Amino acid sequence: MSTFVDWFTYVSIGAGLFFFLAGTVGLLRFPDTLTRLHALTKADNLGLGLVVLGLLPQVDGVLNGLKLIAIWLLVLLSGADAGQLIARAARRRGPPI
Amino acid sequence: MIVDAFYAAPALLILALGIYTTVVRDTFPATVGFLAYGLLLTVAWVQLHGVDVALTEAAIGGGLTGMLLVRASARLRPIEGQARAETPGLPLRLLAGLVAATVAGALALALLTLPDPAPTLAAEAVANIASTGVGNPITAVLMAYRAMDTLLEATVLLLALIGVWSLTPDRVWGGRPGPRYNADPDGILSFIARVLPPIGIIVGIYIFWVGADHPGGKFQAATIVAAMWLLTLMAGLADAPPIGRRLLRALLVAGPVVFIAVGVAGVPLAGTFLAYPEGWAKPMILVIEFALMPSLALTLGLILAGAPERGAQP
Repeated sequence: MSTFVDWFTYVSIGAGLFFFLAGTVGLLRFPDTLTRLHALTKADNLGLGLVVLGLLPQVDGVLNGLKLIAIWLLVLLSGADAGQLIARAARRRGPPI
Repeated sequence: MIVDAFYAAPALLILALGIYTTVVRDTFPATVGFLAYGLLLTVAWVQLHGVDVALTEAAIGGGLTGMLLVRASARLRPIEGQARAETPGLPLRLLAGLVAATVAGALALALLTLPDPAPTLAAEAVANIASTGVGNPITAVLMAYRAMDTLLEATVLLLALIGVWSLTPDRVWGGRPGPRYNADPDGILSFIARVLPPIGIIVGIYIFWVGADHPGGKFQAATIVAAMWLLTLMAGLADAPPIGRRLLRALLVAGPVVFIAVGVAGVPLAGTFLAYPEGWAKPMILVIEFALMPSLALTLGLILAGAPERGAQP
């Protein structure tokens, strides 16, 4: 049973890391601010979500699990908002898109 | 092998970012480099199991100092070209580099020649922790064994704020710090400034409260609360108070004053300054922390808000 749980963790965190890697590649390779932001926020949302999902079966106690989920939700909130703010600033000041 | 890479990767990245931050010519990229450097330093402290230090680095070293630098670089941008034209000559730069390298080399040498195991007071700190009533040895050091250092830290922040205020032009002395922000009331900044502060204040109080027994404490908590306050200021939902207001100044000094009062009370009650009477350590520490936390949050927030730029009227 515990091996199944461990494998679930490996697979989920591995998938999360893949999204972080893809997001980083997107940040480096995409042509303009908006597409780069798109790549970054996807990495934050999905990548961190999968890492948290993988860690959930490993924590001791419900409270620690809830803390992990709360961290993910806070990153979702701040990532989406920071993305909006940067995009807005880029549209106002940068070259026309 | 994998473990080595796990520790080496952040260390190498920190080194690379440190070099980048020093070498890069523009102020803004240097600031961004410094911010990333602070985050990586946080990771390194977690790897060393120094979670208390990691929290402080994330909140104050990376977050608060980073924001101060971002503001400074935004303000310096118009005169950056002019400042670069005044770059000192090669001999002076070489001399500065030499002095910096000597200091870094001496530090590295001292670190590498430390006896193994390094001399430590950790065992004694843990052995006597019961007398302080707190469960986190870091808090015991900060609030009991070395309370004097913490008192001076809190006082230094107040002095820093006086330094910021002393840059105020005479005509707006006693006025409100920074510009009056006018964000779009239906915009995303106003949204986050409404949603986040309730959560942030709870997180701040939580980190403050668990500081007695787990990593956390008033400095980190005060930084989080101050960040929430600044968020509402920048979204235009609240206005910074005029610095001439007496209540504001009373709140600013309340924390250090209570700290000093408890310290002075230790002279007749326990024999020396900042000593706690037998069995009273925990309540005394709580009184100091409760008094210090709002003062610290207010001080940190006002340091970031900057010197007054307009009159006291809203």
